[in-house]
Amino acid sequence: MHRHLRRLAPLAGALILAGTAAFAADFTACQVTDTGGIDDNSFNQTAWKGVLDAEEKLGVGGRFLESQAETDYEANINSLLGGQCDVIITVGFLLGDATKAAAEANPEQKFSIVDYSYDPAIPNVLGQVYATDEAAFLAGYLAAGMTRTGVLGTFGGINIPPVTIFMDGFYRGVEHYNARKGTTVTVLGWNPETREGLFTNNFESLDDGRAFAQNLVDEGADIVLPVAGPVGLGSAALADELGVDRLKIIGVDADLYFTDPGKKHVYLTSVMKRMDATVLGVIEKAMDGTFAGGILEGNLANGGVDLAPFHDMEALVPDELKAELATIRQDIADGKLSVGG
Amino acid sequence: MSEQQPDRAALVDALLKRAAPGRSEFEDLFVVPLFAVVMALILGALTMLATDVSLATIGRSYLALLEGSLGSLRALSETLTAATPLILSGLGLALGFRAGMFNIGAEGQILMGGMAAVIVGFSFPGLPWAVHLPLAMLGGVVVGAIYAGIAGVLRATTGAHEVISTIMLNLISFRLVDYLLRQPWIQKAGRADPISESVLPSAELPRLLAWIDPNLRVHAGIFVALAAVLLVWWVLFRTRLGFEFRASGESPDAARYAGMRAGLIIVSVMAFAGAMSGLAGANQTLGVLGRATPGFSAGIGFNAISVALLGRSHPVGVLFAGLLFGALEAGGRQMQVDAGVSIDLIAIIQALIIVFIAAPLLVRAIFPWGFRRAPDAKE
Repeated sequence: MHRHLRRLAPLAGALILAGTAAFAADFTACQVTDTGGIDDNSFNQTAWKGVLDAEEKLGVGGRFLESQAETDYEANINSLLGGQCDVIITVGFLLGDATKAAAEANPEQKFSIVDYSYDPAIPNVLGQVYATDEAAFLAGYLAAGMTRTGVLGTFGGINIPPVTIFMDGFYRGVEHYNARKGTTVTVLGWNPETREGLFTNNFESLDDGRAFAQNLVDEGADIVLPVAGPVGLGSAALADELGVDRLKIIGVDADLYFTDPGKKHVYLTSVMKRMDATVLGVIEKAMDGTFAGGILEGNLANGGVDLAPFHDMEALVPDELKAELATIRQDIADGKLSVGG
Repeated sequence: MSEQQPDRAALVDALLKRAAPGRSEFEDLFVVPLFAVVMALILGALTMLATDVSLATIGRSYLALLEGSLGSLRALSETLTAATPLILSGLGLALGFRAGMFNIGAEGQILMGGMAAVIVGFSFPGLPWAVHLPLAMLGGVVVGAIYAGIAGVLRATTGAHEVISTIMLNLISFRLVDYLLRQPWIQKAGRADPISESVLPSAELPRLLAWIDPNLRVHAGIFVALAAVLLVWWVLFRTRLGFEFRASGESPDAARYAGMRAGLIIVSVMAFAGAMSGLAGANQTLGVLGRATPGFSAGIGFNAISVALLGRSHPVGVLFAGLLFGALEAGGRQMQVDAGVSIDLIAIIQALIIVFIAAPLLVRAIFPWGFRRAPDAKE
C-alpha cells in the first residue's frame, strides 16, 4: 500500500487506490506493442495472445499499451514502471533501445522483449528470438512448387533483421526447390546478398500493402509474402478482388486463415511465429522464479515457428509436394538441412 | 495523424476570425475553452458507454487520466515533456493566425528542424556543451524557418495559397526524411533500417530530474518553451513587426494602404512560425528521442494547430492549451494501462474539444448561465 501512496497526490490518492484495487491480481504481465496496434491480426496480436493465454491458464492480470508512433516507446515503457507490473514485455525489434535503457535504469524490474537479444545479455531482460527462416524456407519451397508464372513476390515493413529473416528463408527455400527440380522460379522484392528489397517503411498502411502487391502482380508474381504485420491485410484484399488464381497470399506471424477470417480463402499458408507460446513461457518463468536474462529461441524443432496448414487450399497442393515438405521439415528440425545462405 | 484533413481551406477565413480575435475577451479566452473541455469529457464518456464500456470503467479511466497527468512527479514530468513541443510549435502557428496565415505545415517544419538538429547534434564531437547544444538548436530554428519560408515566398510572389503549399511541403518532408535517414553519413552504423546516428551527449537537452529518478524525462526544453512564450508575446504586442503582423491579419487592405509591405510580412511571419516549429523538432530530437526515425514528428504539428486555436492565438493561451494537450497525452497512456480504454478515445476527446472551441455559439447555447451576455449580442 505505501508504495502506491507515495506515488499519488493526496487529493486523488484515496479514490485511485479504490480504482486500482479492483484490478489487483497476484501477478501482472504488461505489454507495450509496436505501432501496428494490438488488433493487427498478426504481429502484435499474436504476442498479446500470449498474455491472454496466461490470463486464462495461470490467472494473471494483463495490461497493454499501444504505441502509436516510435516516439511512444520510451513513454509507454515508463508508464508501466513503478512496481505495478511483474514483467514488462516489449513487442518488437524497434523497441530494443528503449527497452535496454529502461532495463538498465530499473534493474529490479523484469523485462522481456520480442525479436531482440542483447550481447552481452542484460540480467533482467529475456530476449525472445525466432528462427523464422526455418518456417519461411518451407513456405518458399511450397510457393515455388505452386506458382504457375514462375515468379514469386515478397516485401517487408522495415528493413530490420526480424523482418528480413522471413525473406531470407523464403528466398532460400525457393533456391532449394530450383536446385532440386532444375526450375528457374524467381523471387521479386528481396536480394539476400545486397540486403535490399521492397519495404513499405511502415507497419500500418493497408494501402501500401495493396499497392506493393499490385506492383508485384504486374511484374508477374502470383504468390506474395508480405512481411509487414497489418500491411499484408491490404495485399489480401487485393487477392480477394483479383481472385486466388491470379494472386495467393502467404500470411506471417499468426495463421491468418483464423485471424483474418473475412479473407481466409486467399491464404495459401502462413509462416507462424509463435510469439504467443514464448510470451506465455516468459510469464511462466517469471512466476515460478526461473526467470533469468538471456535468450529464449523459438524454432521448428520446439514449435516456436511453423508452417500453418493449407486449409481451403489443401486439395490444390500436390501430395508429392506435401511429402517433400514433410521431409525437409524433419531435416531442418534434425539439423541435417541448413537454411542459412 | 489523420485528424486534420486538408479540405479545410474553405473554413480558413471563418476559423481565422475565431482564432485571432481583435479584442481578447475573458469569456472567449477562458470560459468557452473550459466548457469545451467539460463537454468533450462528457461526450467522451457517452462514447465509451456506446461502445459497451461499463460506468465503473469510465470512472476509473477518468481518474487514471487525472493520475497520469497530474497525480505524481512522473505524471507531471510526462505532461511537461509532451506539452513542450506543442507549445513551441503552437506559438509559431498562433503568430501566423494573427497575421492571417493559416499554416498547416508545422509537421513538416518539425521534421526538417529536428533532422537539422540531429545532424548538427552528432556531427561535431568534442565541442563543449555550451557551444554544441545552442548550435544544434540553431540548426533546427534556421532550417525550420527556411522550410516554412518557401511557402511564404510562394504566397508573396505567386499568390499560391499557404494552406495548399504547406500541406504539400509536409508530404515532401516525410519522404525527404525517409531519404535522408538512408544516407550513409546519417544512418546509424550497422543498421539497415532508416534510423539516424545518436545525438552526442554534448548536444542533448539535459534532463532536469534524472537525479531523483532516471525515468523522469522532463528536460530543459520546457525552459526554452517558456522563453518562447515571452518572446512571442513581446514580438506580437511590443514591436513594430508584431503590430504589422496583427494589422495584416485584421485587415490586409488597411495594412497595405498604411504602407506596410505585405510580401515582406508574409515571408517573415512564415519564417518566424517555421523557426518555432523547427525549434519544436529540435526539442524532440535533442531532448526526448536522441535520434531521428521516420515520422518522429508523430502528429505534433497537427495537434499544435489545435493548441493554437484552443489558445485563441494568444501566447499565454497557447501555453495553457499546450499543457492541457500534454496532460491529455500523458493521462491517456494511464487510461489505457489502468482501465484498458483505447488510446484512440483520447484522440476523440481532443477532437471534440476543438469542435466546441471552433463553435463558441454552440457552447454559449448549451451553457447560457455561464455567460454574461446573450449569444446574439456577441456577433
